[in-house]
Amino acid sequence: MRESRVVSLVTTRKKGRKANVSRRHLVQKLAFGFLWLTGLVVVAALLVVVGYVLLQGARVITPEFLLTPPRGGLSGEGGISTTIVTTLYLVPLTIGIATPLGVGAAVYLVEYAGEMQGNEGVLLRLVEVARFGVETLSGVPSIIFGLFGYALFVSALNFGFSLLSAALAGACLILPTIIRTTEEALRAVPRSYREGSLALGATQWQTIWGVVLPAALPGIITGVVLGVGRVVSETAVFYVTLGGSYKMPTSLLHGGRTMALHLYYLAMDTRAFDKAMGTGAILVLSIIAINAIINSLSRRLTLELKGG
Amino acid sequence: MRARYAIDNSVRYLLLFSALISIFIVFLIGLFTLREGWAAFRGIGLVQLLAGHVWRPGREEFGLLAMIAGSVLVTIGAVALGVPLALGGAVFLAEVAPRRARDLVRPAVELLAGIPSVVYGLFGMVVLVPLVRRIPVPGNTGYGLLSASIVLAVMILPTITNIAEDAIRAVPKEYKEGSLALGTTYWQTIVGVILPAARSGIVAAIILGLGRALGETMAMIMVIGNSVIIPRPLNANPLTLFLSQARTLTGNIAVEISYATGLHESALFATGVVLFVLIMLINSLARLLMRRRVS
Repeated sequence: MRESRVVSLVTTRKKGRKANVSRRHLVQKLAFGFLWLTGLVVVAALLVVVGYVLLQGARVITPEFLLTPPRGGLSGEGGISTTIVTTLYLVPLTIGIATPLGVGAAVYLVEYAGEMQGNEGVLLRLVEVARFGVETLSGVPSIIFGLFGYALFVSALNFGFSLLSAALAGACLILPTIIRTTEEALRAVPRSYREGSLALGATQWQTIWGVVLPAALPGIITGVVLGVGRVVSETAVFYVTLGGSYKMPTSLLHGGRTMALHLYYLAMDTRAFDKAMGTGAILVLSIIAINAIINSLSRRLTLELKGG
Repeated sequence: MRARYAIDNSVRYLLLFSALISIFIVFLIGLFTLREGWAAFRGIGLVQLLAGHVWRPGREEFGLLAMIAGSVLVTIGAVALGVPLALGGAVFLAEVAPRRARDLVRPAVELLAGIPSVVYGLFGMVVLVPLVRRIPVPGNTGYGLLSASIVLAVMILPTITNIAEDAIRAVPKEYKEGSLALGTTYWQTIVGVILPAARSGIVAAIILGLGRALGETMAMIMVIGNSVIIPRPLNANPLTLFLSQARTLTGNIAVEISYATGLHESALFATGVVLFVLIMLINSLARLLMRRRVS
C-alpha cells in the first residue's frame, strides 16, 4: 500500500514510473472489463426476460387465443379478445383526455412563461407553481393514482369501476410524461422560426399554431406514443379503478380488464401461467412495436431540425 | 386585427389553465387520500399506525411497521443489486462503449424501461421464485425479499442508467481533456475527474431509482409473498433475512382495497398517505441535488 503510494507520487524515478504505468493500465483493463460486463448483463437481462416470455407465450398464441373471450374458470379458459378490446378502448380515451391538457401545459410553460418579464410577478409565481406540480406529479407512484381515482372518480363522482374512471385516473398518470416530452420538443424548435413568423406580423398564437407546433410535431407524437405504452403496461391504477370484469365493455360506465390486468389475474388468481405467458408475449410485442415507433419518430425529428 | 389579438389573449389563459392542471391534480390527490385516510389517523393515531407491529383488519388492528420494513428492505436489496449494474451501464454508455455496442445497449435499456411490471412479476413467479426456492433453508418458499429485490433491481435499472448517463455526459469536455493531458489513464480520469464532477447527478439518479422502487406495486405483490410479518432471518445466518416473505406498503393497498370497508379502507388510504409523503421527501431530495448541479 505504502509502496504504491510512493510509486504514484514520485514520478521521477524511471523504474517506478514504468511499473506504475503498467499497473495503471492493468487497473484500467480490469475496470473496463467490468463496464463491458455490465453492458452485457443489461442486454442479457433483456434477452432472457423477453425471450423467455415470447417463447413460452408462443405456445398458447393461436388465432383462437386472440379471438375468443376469456371464460374465467380455474385454468383461465378461453382467449383474450375482450381484454384486447378493453385495452384498445382505454388507450384512446386516456390519451384523448391527457394530450390536449399536456400539450397545452407544455406550450404555456415553454412559449409564454419563457418570455415573461419582471413586471408579471403573479404570473411568474403561478408558473413556478405549475412547474412544481408537473415535477411532483411525475414522481407519484401509480398505486396512489389508483387510490385517488378510486376515491374521486369511482366513489365520490359515482362513475363506478368503469372505463371512464380508469381513463381519468390514467390521464393523470401520463400527463407529466406528455408535458415533459412536448416541452423538450418545443425547446428544440429553433428560435429563428418564431422570430421569422413574428416579423411577418403573425400574433404569438398564430406563430405557435402555424409554425412552432408543426415543427415540434414528431416530438409531441413521441410523447403521446410514450403515453400509449404506459397505459398498455399499467396495472396498479386500473386494478383499483377498472373493476376487472372480463366481459366486453359496451359503454363508458362499464368496467373491464386490460391485457396487463388480465395477465395479473391469470397469474395470481387462477395460476394459469401458460395463458399468462401468452398474454405477456402480446404485451411485450406491443411494447417493442411502440418503442420502434418512438425511435423512428425521434430520428425524424433530429433529421428535420438538422436539415432545417 | 383586434379579433386576432382577442384570440391570442383567450388562448393564453386557456393554456395557463392547462399548465395549472398538474398542480391541481397534486392538490386533489393530497386532499382525497388525506380525507379518506383521516378516520384512520384519528381513530388509530399516527404513532400506533406507524409503529404498530400488528395488521389484523378483522380485529381492527392497524399497524404499518411490517409493511414499512418490507418496503425499506426490498428497496435496499434492489439498490444493492441494481445500482452497481446501473452505474456501470451509465459509465459504459457515456464513456467506454464504442458506437456499435452503444447502439445495442441503449435500446436494451429503453426496452427494459417499457416492459410492463406485470410481465416482470410473471417472469419472477415462473423463473426466479423456483430458483430461489432451491436455496436449502427451512421455511424458504422462494417468494420473498430476495426474489422481489432481483425483479426490482432490473426495474429500476433504466431510471438510474438514463439519468446518470445524462449527468456524466454533462461534464464539460475540458475536464476530461485536461486530465488526460496530464498523463492519467482514461480510467483514472473517469474515477478521479468525471465521476466526481457528475456526483450530484448520479446521486439524484440513485435517489429517483429509490423512489421508483418504493412505488412499484404489482410486480412486488407477485413475488414477495405478501405475508404481514416483519422480516426476520430464517436461521442463524443473518443473510437469510432476504429469504423471508414480506409485504410492501404499495402491496398492502392493492391487495386489500378491493374488499376493505370502513376503518379498514381508511387505514389503506392512510397507507397511501404514508407512501406519498415518503416518496415526496425522496424526490424533493433528488430534485435539490439536480438543481445544485445546474447552478
